[in-house]
Amino acid sequence: MTGKKEQPQDMKRREFIGKTVLAAGAVSVAPGILLTVANAKTEGEGASSNIRWGMLIDSNKCVDNCTACVDACNQENGIDLMQQPKGQGDEMWNAQRPQWIRKVKLRDRQTGEVTNLPMMCQHCEFPPCVDVCPTGASFKRADGIVMVDRHTCIGCRYCMMACPYKARSFIHQNVQEQTVRAPRGKGCVESCNLCVHRVDSGASTTACQDACDKDGHKAILFGDLKDPESQLSKALKEKSSRQIRADLELNTGVRYTSL
Amino acid sequence: MHSSTGILRAAGLILAAGMALLSTAAVSDSAVTPGSRAAGMESCVAPTAEIRRNHMDYLKHDRIKVVHDGVRDVKNSLAGCVACHAEKDGKGGYHPVNADGQFCSGCHEYLAVSLTCFQCHSKQPEQKHSAAASLSGEENAGQSGALRLLMEFDEAPPLSAEEMAQLHAVSREE
Repeated sequence: MTGKKEQPQDMKRREFIGKTVLAAGAVSVAPGILLTVANAKTEGEGASSNIRWGMLIDSNKCVDNCTACVDACNQENGIDLMQQPKGQGDEMWNAQRPQWIRKVKLRDRQTGEVTNLPMMCQHCEFPPCVDVCPTGASFKRADGIVMVDRHTCIGCRYCMMACPYKARSFIHQNVQEQTVRAPRGKGCVESCNLCVHRVDSGASTTACQDACDKDGHKAILFGDLKDPESQLSKALKEKSSRQIRADLELNTGVRYTSL
Repeated sequence: MHSSTGILRAAGLILAAGMALLSTAAVSDSAVTPGSRAAGMESCVAPTAEIRRNHMDYLKHDRIKVVHDGVRDVKNSLAGCVACHAEKDGKGGYHPVNADGQFCSGCHEYLAVSLTCFQCHSKQPEQKHSAAASLSGEENAGQSGALRLLMEFDEAPPLSAEEMAQLHAVSREE
């Protein structure tokens, strides 16, 4: 064994160790980014990072006192199957029951102008809920949908505190009845998942959009932000839209016009 | 150290064989509830013995694919279990699979293994009452079609108690 022969081997080993350390560092520095890349490599039938699901909401078309989207969401995701626990007051129940989408009414103090809009998980590109989750239960799918894996959620509710949109709900009670498409149980956090079960089965609309369209308001448009030919992308190109709390630079997937 | 693990392993094997014998004696044909879709089928998505031993691992593996990667057409899904094993109640609905004497609780109670799936998951197959019924109905039909194909593919091998014990022992060693 001569030194000359040994040296290259040693170098290779060092190089390998160096790379490994680098890779390990990358994982811990940017788990969200790596997760996206990893998901993109899974088989074709899963969520793809060539797609980013998003929404455009025209608050001009959102009608005062209409709750079509909220009702549709409650039915689609089995929220209406939950019952007020015995002995719980209405105030507490209304504060604690899950709410994936809710109507928000804004009033301009000076002019008195009233604006309505539905508010739900904004499906951020850089979601604060994912940043703070201690177990990795809060995650972003390859196609941009931010959701909770209830199998790993421990119910700490950090994500609820981190979310600037108040989009998440915690289940405080035992749940007797669920739908097959939307499991739900005590002790987990949940929020809008852009009707992920529909998306995965090839649907191109969410329950809230369907309900809004059915009532003739057409305030909600769901689609692929990365596809320049999608209706959503075209609408975004045409009209000026806003992200809510754009100052946080979360690059939300849900955008609003006429706001 | 070595000998003790050897003894433990041997004890485990004997225990596994004993359990297998017990389970074949106690549940062999009666485990599947008569009024369920599964009752009319040859075998589960895999040979019965394999499913009995490994169903929890199969489900855990596939749930990650479904939830995180969005791959919905997996072979092993809890919704699939429920769709097949729930017993009809004769009133157009189904008995919950975790109710007393029903498919899941039958074994789980006997073995004193707590069953937490249904704290969150639906205990009954999809019942068409919502706006999305047509959509999810189609989805279900597709899935059950695939399941049926899988089932037709391999017939349930008639296992003797001895073979069953052997199979269990092998999976234990892995």
